[in-house]
Amino acid sequence: MSGPPLAWYLILSAVLFALGVAGFLFRKSIITIFMSIELMLNAVNLSFVAFSYQLKQVNGHVFAFFVMVVAAAEAAVGLAIIVTVFKNRETLNVDEVDSMKY
Amino acid sequence: MSQYYSTNEAFALTPALTLALFGCWILVFDFLFANSKQKRYFALVVVAGLIFAGVGLYRQQAFLATSGDSSIIAFSGALTIDRFALYFNWVFELATLIVALVSYNYLEIEGEHHGEYYALLLFAQCGMFFLAAGTDLVTLFIGLELMALCFYVMVGFLRGDKRSNEAAIKYLLLGAFSSGFLVYGFSIMYGLAGSTRLTDVAAAIAARPAWDPLVFLAMTTTAVGLLFKISAAPFHMWAPDAYEGAPTTITAYLSVASKAASFAFLLRIFLGPLAPARDAWEPLLAAVAILTMTIGNLAAISQTNIKRLLAYSSISHAGYMLLGLIAGNDTGIQGIAVYVMVYAFMNLGAFLVVIALRRKNIIGDDVDDMAGLMYRSPGYAVLMLIFLLSLAGIPPTAGFLGKYYIFLSLIETHHYLLAVIATLYVAVAIYYYFRIVKTMFVGELTEKAPLATSFGLRVALGITGVLTLAVGVYPEPVLRLAQNSFLR
Amino acid sequence: MMDALFFYLFATLVLGGAILTVTRRNAVHSAISLIVSLIGVAGLYLLQQAEFLFAVQIVLYVGGIMVLFLFVIMLVNLDQAAKQRRFNRQWWIALLCVTAVGVEIAYFVRKGASAFSMARPPVAAVANAGGNTEQIADVLFRQYLLPFEIASVLLLVAVVGSVVMAKKRI
Repeated sequence: MSGPPLAWYLILSAVLFALGVAGFLFRKSIITIFMSIELMLNAVNLSFVAFSYQLKQVNGHVFAFFVMVVAAAEAAVGLAIIVTVFKNRETLNVDEVDSMKY
Repeated sequence: MSQYYSTNEAFALTPALTLALFGCWILVFDFLFANSKQKRYFALVVVAGLIFAGVGLYRQQAFLATSGDSSIIAFSGALTIDRFALYFNWVFELATLIVALVSYNYLEIEGEHHGEYYALLLFAQCGMFFLAAGTDLVTLFIGLELMALCFYVMVGFLRGDKRSNEAAIKYLLLGAFSSGFLVYGFSIMYGLAGSTRLTDVAAAIAARPAWDPLVFLAMTTTAVGLLFKISAAPFHMWAPDAYEGAPTTITAYLSVASKAASFAFLLRIFLGPLAPARDAWEPLLAAVAILTMTIGNLAAISQTNIKRLLAYSSISHAGYMLLGLIAGNDTGIQGIAVYVMVYAFMNLGAFLVVIALRRKNIIGDDVDDMAGLMYRSPGYAVLMLIFLLSLAGIPPTAGFLGKYYIFLSLIETHHYLLAVIATLYVAVAIYYYFRIVKTMFVGELTEKAPLATSFGLRVALGITGVLTLAVGVYPEPVLRLAQNSFLR
Repeated sequence: MMDALFFYLFATLVLGGAILTVTRRNAVHSAISLIVSLIGVAGLYLLQQAEFLFAVQIVLYVGGIMVLFLFVIMLVNLDQAAKQRRFNRQWWIALLCVTAVGVEIAYFVRKGASAFSMARPPVAAVANAGGNTEQIADVLFRQYLLPFEIASVLLLVAVVGSVVMAKKRI
């Protein structure tokens, strides 16, 4: 097997995943939070493909494909909800979206 | 190709196919009949769909009983209909039935009565079917997302209501976040096994040392995703907001069906592929269970909104159910099964009373809205008392049964400290449940508007009330069902 | 050698794009950076002979999802969202994640690919049966037929759900 070893891809995937988590936790704009989730899912797909390549089979490709389908469906519904939130209150700052008491 | 599409596959899929088909029919009918008066008949279509799906489940159960097989394996191992899956599907059937019965009146009061709601209920249950019966990582993942996607929309179904919008967006963001963790764990499992079938993953993990770092990584990330879904602390923060903002019918559905489905999923993963790594996850889950019970019970004390209070109480119930998995012996696993079933009808019942409190121009989700309920509608007050006694776990109600088997399993496996902590929190729970009881029975009657009642609501209250009492007094059938479903 | 070079190139795109995505204040800048990152991921797919996923990544993610994102960003007014404090929440989760990733990296660097020596199946599953897309079709419609069918319901729910949420009168 030629090319960079599996570990490199997995490290890249882990770092990308952590970046997505960091974005999710620290950003305030709902849209950017959503983009961070896309980063996490891409990190997952990267590790699926890396494993698949290592194992010389395409099951991981199929799983990554399904993850993409789910990401697309989630994005469609999520962005529709974001539009509704915006229509009702004209802000997308998560700290202001808190009419419910704690 | 014939070996992949046989009557076996069709037989195994019948309940899910029926549910999806009826969901599609509702969408078509909704498009054809725009008349808003007729929309309430969609509740009947849902009931019909549930009956047909129930027939499918019953035939599968009968097949398992007569053929002597322990399971129907379809799609070369991607789907396994065993007694475990069937048991959980009965819980889903019950939850969807109750929710469909009470929805039409509630949605008319809220002014958002649309046919899509009923279709989403059925599609959500279709997703739950695959969560309970899936034995492949991909099937489980897609089933989970199908269920979750339906819930994101249903939680935000009151589109003009800001609280509902917020609940939907918070639930969606945190749900997608947790799915990310879950599927990251799945990717590691796939890498370890080279296959996505649960049996292959289990074999691969069993072949590795107990404290293998990769297994640990897969276990923790998967656990984070799963614990989010069952709203266990410290991953519970979405639950109170989503529960409060969602339409109350969906809050009830979310707290019961979604939780039961997530538990089915959790048990499939932790008793399947992750069973060999038990030493690694047992202390972790024990810590999570203690934290969940602590946060759930202590935060519930100070709540003034009844939906939020029940949200925290449902968080604490997730903690109790986790204890059964930590004990891990047959009593514990059966205890979870009994608990899930019992929790389904007592929690649904409590939410039904909250649904009845929602009337035109009265939101009615504050604890104070229950003040003097005894003098206005004694029937509802007494039923609520039964449900709350059951939630607190006081005999002779069904709730006692659930807690009893969990505690018994803890003692059998010598987890005395956990048993003591759990018992202490039962005392705390009694305190905040009885605050509601006190408000109902000695509180000052403030407003006189009669409760919103409908035929469906009365039937649903009847079913849940009778079951809560009957199972508490005569638990034999439920116990036998639970025991059968978890013979390993 | 070439492969390693390309790996570094694409990895730089991926990480650079990701870092910009989570740090830019302007949502449009974030989205553009995310597109760069996604294209980098697509390049890595190509490097690992996942040609089908490469195409899907470009068509679905960059062409579909990201355009949707940009539409929504343009649709809703993000001016207030632009000037906000950041980096003040949930440090403990972040710390946990960083530790986990650090440990993971250390482990992989130390053990390398041998960490997965158990994983290799005795026989390569679908070797040399046509191109990557044919192989995927074969596996998808044999082993993963059921998830494929469930995905159809999932997409129906997504369509219905987004219409319910976003349409004024339903």
